[in-house]
Amino acid sequence: MSKNLAFVQGNEACAMGAMYAGLDFYAGYPITPSTEIAETLAVQLPAAGKKFIQMEDEISSMCAIVGASLTGNKVMTATSGPGFSLMQEALGYAVMAEIPCVVVNVQRGGPSTGNPTHVSQGDVNQARWGTHGDHSIVALSASNHQDVFKMTVEAFNIAETYRTPVVLLFDEVVGHMREKLIVPEPGEIPLVARLRTSLKEGVNYHPYLPREDGRLPMSDFGDVHRYNVTGLYHDMWGFPTDKPELVQELLRHQINKIENNVHRMTFYKSYFLEDARTILISYGSSARAALSTVKQRRNRGESIGLLELNTIWPFPAELVRECTRNAELIAVVEMNVGQLTQAVKLAVGSQKQVHLINRVDGQMIADKDIKNILRILQGKGI
Amino acid sequence: MSMIFKRTAGLTDAATHYCPGCTHGIAHRLVAEALDELGLLGNTIGCGSVGCSILSYNYFNVDMIECLHGRAPAVATGIKRSVPDKTVFTYQGDGDLASIGAAEIVHAAHRGENITVIFINNAIYGMTGGQMAPTTLPGQKATTAPAGRKPEFSGLPLKMSEMLAQVPAAAYIERVSLHDPKHVRRAKKAIVRAFTCQVEAKGFSLIEILSTCPTGWNLSPVDALGWLEEHMIPYYPLGVLKAPEEVEHVR
Repeated sequence: MSKNLAFVQGNEACAMGAMYAGLDFYAGYPITPSTEIAETLAVQLPAAGKKFIQMEDEISSMCAIVGASLTGNKVMTATSGPGFSLMQEALGYAVMAEIPCVVVNVQRGGPSTGNPTHVSQGDVNQARWGTHGDHSIVALSASNHQDVFKMTVEAFNIAETYRTPVVLLFDEVVGHMREKLIVPEPGEIPLVARLRTSLKEGVNYHPYLPREDGRLPMSDFGDVHRYNVTGLYHDMWGFPTDKPELVQELLRHQINKIENNVHRMTFYKSYFLEDARTILISYGSSARAALSTVKQRRNRGESIGLLELNTIWPFPAELVRECTRNAELIAVVEMNVGQLTQAVKLAVGSQKQVHLINRVDGQMIADKDIKNILRILQGKGI
Repeated sequence: MSMIFKRTAGLTDAATHYCPGCTHGIAHRLVAEALDELGLLGNTIGCGSVGCSILSYNYFNVDMIECLHGRAPAVATGIKRSVPDKTVFTYQGDGDLASIGAAEIVHAAHRGENITVIFINNAIYGMTGGQMAPTTLPGQKATTAPAGRKPEFSGLPLKMSEMLAQVPAAAYIERVSLHDPKHVRRAKKAIVRAFTCQVEAKGFSLIEILSTCPTGWNLSPVDALGWLEEHMIPYYPLGVLKAPEEVEHVR
């Protein structure tokens, strides 16, 4: 038996992935169904000589990781719907000030206090547009604990590479379910270290002057370089500006650094897509049910496949278009009223009809739910 | 035979969901009895919070609104200012009131809102399973303070009543306890005074009720009562922290 074998909750797998990625600082506030992430890190971070702090709410939790990240730390917070709403203000600040951070949202039923102990995938669009203003965002998901671990590590890698907040959109089922996890060996998943400026003390450092590749080398805040950080539109020194050309340039830079690198941050899994005429698209725990349906119907000889998206935002439109080129029937399986379905529709265009197979009653969508709706869509009756 | 005790009309017939030994049930009864005895039952609006008391609308026989985490005093403000003739109270735990809702409670007091706040302090987050609260005592274990609260790292527990008593517009602040029958009776008097304060339009009133959480504290119900008396009361001394003279005589 592997010495790296663990039997854990998804929330624990997330905390373990964060430790693997080099998490230095966690700030959070208790909320179901994400609390186990905080509880695990409350033990593991101090034991590793790193920082764990429970804040008074999610507003301050998000602000605390923003501050901690600037000083050179890999940072994370975890929450669920209501807390995610409170984090939107500082999430936008992290977008504007280009501060690397990882925000875990273990989704439960919403809006508002909603359905705290039950599963939902209703925050897909809040992750995309929850904070105000034009911006791009990265959101990743996972359907099993191996991927929870991996995507947590990748979230840190993307956050550090692109100086951006990354949202981990898990859900109650993945968060609370227990299953096998084989903890990767050190080095098995490459880690991205923060890109720091090579400029020495006394040399002018421009915190917001992108290199040729668009990346912004950071200088640990409070260390040798003095600079300003603001949520206002700013110039290359980080000081506020309202000059139209600078405002536009910064807005474009912040969007382009994500949208021009979609292929570099797209993670997905494909199952039986080669000859598939019916293609399911799913993510998170609903992808488990979708995969089960696909396997059952493959056994019956049906040409059906599954595209599981681990990257939700920026939406991998090209990938989805490519994978569904020969599809006769496309159905998105998700536990909301069709939030990702809209993105799939935009991606494949109006020539193909995209269907939604969902469940929004707080219950995990089952393979038989998917099968029943598929049979109707295929004109086979129930 | 004469009737010496009966279930108050201020409570519904529902059995509470609280853990054995939890004092939420007693606090509910005292609030309900106070409203009943003051003849306020048909004229009261309660503002619930997020925490173990999230289901309190099942138990209080008054109109209840279930507020967002920490925001009950702001919701109560909107209600009371709109229908000032109603008796309006919030029922909040220490995580709700002292942590996420710290701003809302301070500013409700600061504006002198004529509402009554029932503040249940059990020194822990009960509903989410025993995390550290701002009120958790030094050394007390919690899932997010597995080695016990360390003051050098997490500060010292927040004394909300003392803090709110410093707010100029606050009218009446008292801390009571539910660890034995004598103190339960005192708690009842304080709650009656607080609602009287509101009826007489004296302004913001808050009763902090020291309560047990045997589950979160990992103690038996009886041991929890003893722990409250032995550990909580020395840090959170009982008594009136602020009362205008007009309210004083109501005692």
